[in-house]
Amino acid sequence: MTNSPANTGTVAGTVAVTGKQAAANAPKYQWGFSTDVPTEHAPKGLDENIVRYISAKTNEPEWLLKWRLRAFSRWQKMREPEWSNVNFPPINYQDAYYYAAPKRDKPKSLDEVDPKLLETYEKLGIPLHERAALAGVAVDAVFDSVSVATTFKETLRKAGVIFCPMSEAVREHPELVRKYLGSVVPPGDNKHACLNSAVFTEGSFVYVPPDTRCPMELSTYFRINAAMTGQFERTLIIADRNSYVSYLEGCTAPMRDEHQLHAAVVELVALENAEIRYATVQNWYPGDENGRGGIYNFVTKRGVCKEPNARISWTQVETGSAITWKYPSCILMGEGSSGEFHSIAMTNHRQQADTGTKMLHLAPKTRSRIISKGISSGRSRQSYRGLVRLSPKAKGARNYTQCDSLIIGGEASASTVPYIESACREASVEHEATTSRLPEDQLFYCRQRGLDAETAAALVVNGFCREVLQKLPMEFAVEADRLLRVSLEGAVG
Amino acid sequence: MTAPLLRLDDLRASVSDGHGERKQVLHGVNLTVAAGEMHVLMGPNGSGKSSLAALLAGREGCEADGGAAQMDGEDILALAPEERAARGLFLAFQYPVEIAGLSLTVFLREIYNRRREREGEAALDPMSFMRVLREEMAALSMDPALTRRAVNAGFSGGEKKRLEVLQMALLRPRLALMDETDSGLDVDALRIVSDAINRHRDGGRGFLLITHYSRLLAGLDPAPDYIHIFDGGRIVRSGGADLARRLEEHGYGALSEVA
Repeated sequence: MTNSPANTGTVAGTVAVTGKQAAANAPKYQWGFSTDVPTEHAPKGLDENIVRYISAKTNEPEWLLKWRLRAFSRWQKMREPEWSNVNFPPINYQDAYYYAAPKRDKPKSLDEVDPKLLETYEKLGIPLHERAALAGVAVDAVFDSVSVATTFKETLRKAGVIFCPMSEAVREHPELVRKYLGSVVPPGDNKHACLNSAVFTEGSFVYVPPDTRCPMELSTYFRINAAMTGQFERTLIIADRNSYVSYLEGCTAPMRDEHQLHAAVVELVALENAEIRYATVQNWYPGDENGRGGIYNFVTKRGVCKEPNARISWTQVETGSAITWKYPSCILMGEGSSGEFHSIAMTNHRQQADTGTKMLHLAPKTRSRIISKGISSGRSRQSYRGLVRLSPKAKGARNYTQCDSLIIGGEASASTVPYIESACREASVEHEATTSRLPEDQLFYCRQRGLDAETAAALVVNGFCREVLQKLPMEFAVEADRLLRVSLEGAVG
Repeated sequence: MTAPLLRLDDLRASVSDGHGERKQVLHGVNLTVAAGEMHVLMGPNGSGKSSLAALLAGREGCEADGGAAQMDGEDILALAPEERAARGLFLAFQYPVEIAGLSLTVFLREIYNRRREREGEAALDPMSFMRVLREEMAALSMDPALTRRAVNAGFSGGEKKRLEVLQMALLRPRLALMDETDSGLDVDALRIVSDAINRHRDGGRGFLLITHYSRLLAGLDPAPDYIHIFDGGRIVRSGGADLARRLEEHGYGALSEVA
């Protein structure tokens, strides 16, 4: 076992007292509050009965329970992925809760939602009340294991768009769920995805019918509140032919001394000439300066362009989590389909991030574009890990990859690990990579104009990330810029 | 008696040569700039004029080895660059720096609002700032499309120099150090820049212009108060506006002899 001083606890370890906050240690994480609502837990630990408990909570059909149980039995035999450049002690899966819900009957409308929950989301800046939602973003908010509310349901229903919690989709649209669940990320894909398949609770389901442009941005907000709880949401988005949907995902968690596990799965399916844009601003609690606490963010995100001319784009801004292990990928099956990955990863203190993408070109004239911007400061470490694979069928396929790393201070590290596998001679792959320090002359220029060192660094970093920030919807770009500034605090000067 | 805006006493400094060795570049500079005065430093390449500007602005790598530099009687050498800027010191860079990706508008709004806040005024919202910016840019005949670019990205030499003057207009510094702001400008641009400088001479601000040529001086009205000839890391001769004319006729060689 590698001894890493950065992560001294186990996942959901023994340090925690329910509701206790580590806020005093790290006042900079402003989303670190917790909400005091009565919580219903599944018993601690993980076995077949827990899987049955979770399934029974939402009265799932037999086929889904069996699907979960098969995944669970497979999970027990799987090994954790060890190839990534992150260190943490072995996870004690028995020392965590796999289901937590605010104790109350399931609300039928927003008026029945516990006011404390609504207040929490208000503090987070998530407009749950439709009248407050001036931005016109439909929100599904997930609090620990359950969906609290889905706004704008009616508008979406008129357009024929289905946007609901996964549990509801299982009940109301079983044929779609059954057809596509696990079709992009099969349960046996990796140990974290397999665990998710066994114990997932909530997440969002989206279906956009043919020839439909989804009338608003869809958004899910994930919040881990309960202590020692893992979050295992599962999101499935299907864009039928000639349709378009843009989806935003945001995440925060209270500051707690123990590590908490977040093992989510996101599956995207784009049919002929459909487009899915998926953006994430991930701001899970990163732990304190010494690496105590923080979320283990082990997430499997993958999209398939199943038919010709389908388009999927991933945009991510990753500033949180103690450890990030995440590779949003595209399987390009349809001729002329395209995949994009735009990423900003920012780490400080003891954070570790191993993130990147896979672009699998399986058809002619497929295109992919990868823009990755990594900023590491403090004693953090960061790796870009990417795979571009061109099958023999990928004639005329093109890939462009650009990976830029910025290192702040003398103790941070950054590495770039690009894999390129080409079995096709008539395809082109371009890769550019740079690694640099924060340019002194640019900082001096800003400071001469009266800006303090941190603001100067934030502006230079903002410029460095511009290509990716531009890909975000307006409100998210503002939020992302603010997060980058917060994450830089204490990193320079 | 109040202390002068800028006062340099026997200022000596060295820069790193990039190989771990230090090279002395300033050999005892004495200069006093009172509020409202304009001083011009002229001298051959490598005489240390730009090093003096860098030292006063606080660029890393250029360090004082002795002597003093004071603004309003306060030692500025111990201050961070932004603290010097906050006291009203501005440097128009000889080689303005490109900041890839950073929107020029965002950058200018940030420095402008920071100045307003320092002076106890409310920050301007983006729309109001845009109006101010357009006005100031028009006064410098700058293309409004430049606001959509990144800071100095793809700017011509002349555009870069005008951007420096634009920042001076937005920041309204009490002491402006202008390092060869005239070089690389065509005749029209030179007139625009000298007009802009004239507008800022309201009797309260101080200027220290660094230049090779006297052609900028012709457009300055009122004429500079003092001309200093800089050579070998110090001022070797000082005089009125006529000194620049004599320099033009006789060259540095003849005038560098310490009078």
